[in-house]
Amino acid sequence: MDALVTQTVQTPSPPRILGERPVKITARDVNIYYGDKHAIKNLSIDIPDRAVSAFIGPSGCGKSTFLRAINRMNDTIPSCRVTGDIVVDGQDIYDRDLDVVQLRARIGMVFQKPNPFPKSIYENVAYGPKIHGLTTSRAELDEVVEKSLRKAGLWEEVKDRLQASGTGLSGGQQQRLCIARAIAVNPEVILMDEPCSALDPIATAKIEELIDELRQNYCIVIVTHSMQQAARVSQLTAFFHLGILVEVGDTDEVFTAPRDKRTQDYITGRFG
Amino acid sequence: MSDHIVKAYDEDLESIKTMIAQMGGLAEDQLAKAVDALSKRDTDLADQVIQSDEKIDAIEVSLEEKVIKTIARRQPMARDLRDIMVAIRIASDLERVGDLAKNLAKRAHAIPDTLPRRLSAGVVRMGRLALEQLKNVLDAYATRDDVKAVQVWRNDEEIDALYNSIFRELLTYMMEDPRMIGVCTHLLFATKNLERIGDHATNIAENIHYLVHGRPIGEERPKKDTTSFTIFESTNTQ
Repeated sequence: MDALVTQTVQTPSPPRILGERPVKITARDVNIYYGDKHAIKNLSIDIPDRAVSAFIGPSGCGKSTFLRAINRMNDTIPSCRVTGDIVVDGQDIYDRDLDVVQLRARIGMVFQKPNPFPKSIYENVAYGPKIHGLTTSRAELDEVVEKSLRKAGLWEEVKDRLQASGTGLSGGQQQRLCIARAIAVNPEVILMDEPCSALDPIATAKIEELIDELRQNYCIVIVTHSMQQAARVSQLTAFFHLGILVEVGDTDEVFTAPRDKRTQDYITGRFG
Repeated sequence: MSDHIVKAYDEDLESIKTMIAQMGGLAEDQLAKAVDALSKRDTDLADQVIQSDEKIDAIEVSLEEKVIKTIARRQPMARDLRDIMVAIRIASDLERVGDLAKNLAKRAHAIPDTLPRRLSAGVVRMGRLALEQLKNVLDAYATRDDVKAVQVWRNDEEIDALYNSIFRELLTYMMEDPRMIGVCTHLLFATKNLERIGDHATNIAENIHYLVHGRPIGEERPKKDTTSFTIFESTNTQ
């Protein structure tokens, strides 16, 4: 590791585990650089399974950067460099022998702007299972599509027009379609990068309700700019500032009695 | 603490704090006058207390409105959230203190001028203690002084102890002379009111602790009020 970096970086207090939930993702001493820019500094955190963890912090604090490191989306940025360990279920995801395509099937992602493929609703959901060879017959594929759309709370609204284009749906429906698409390949982790910032309050409420249901079966990590949303949907909250993980703890605690002054200032709207 | 990015938010919180200060000032004044009225049998002063109580109630109503609007507009978090929740709880404690002071003042009417001073001395002493507790806890709130708040919280023991001894004393008078039962009952209620005011002061102290630290006072409060278990044992066994 870069000796210069370790001097300027402060290590956050050891992360706590949420209740009795097992840890799904473990990050230790993670540093992420974009060229010369040091975007994440010595980050260590444990992310629990079957729970929602929210990353909050001002723009440019590194929360999305770290989120993208969890399924190696940053690999697509040539100047990006990641050091340290990110381990999912005991497996180092930056292992050279690891198949990144398989990894992204295990760790799905939903983006800020709904981005369905310019294909039918059916094809949007069926695409993943097809390329990963998860199904052997048309009937089986139909079943996966229906199940995924049901889990995403979209089935009732689209079951009669599965061949219609995915891009013809409303923003909220498109986002749920993207969630259905992510679920279809049977992931273990779902990463969400501001999934509601382009949606109206009703569509947002539907997504939040969905997130709450999904957490029974998945490890969900969500980046959000809405503090109220983090407080509503998550069980664990992590506050990032200037590339440092400042504080991580039970959501209830972070929003009523945060330990760090920077967290306090940020969530009460005092950041200058 | 540094200011909010939105200045109007600071003003909202500041005005809530100001209203608590006003309610506290009035409650203190009312209690002081009520105790005075009782000790001097000053019925004019007592009437003044009875009439002024509605001022406290009116401030509480506007404080509640302000709090509800602030929650709706700003969705307060962390320290701000505690600030607001604590303000509304303290306001309701102070409103009760006002009611109890008013009730105390009413009793000043019922106690005859001829009552021997030694009988009301205990009540007056207890009134001074309660007043001091109230004053200290309001100071602690204004300066967010947790140490002072915890001190008030512990000191309630003294009021409880005094209440106990007055309770027993009054029982004795009543047993000695049944003609005293009427006036002693009024005095008993007066002391009970003061004991309750002490409890409201400790509630406020607990809220200050929560406001400052974000968690409740962890330990059990020392209590000396045992009157609820006191059994009236008549010596008159015919």
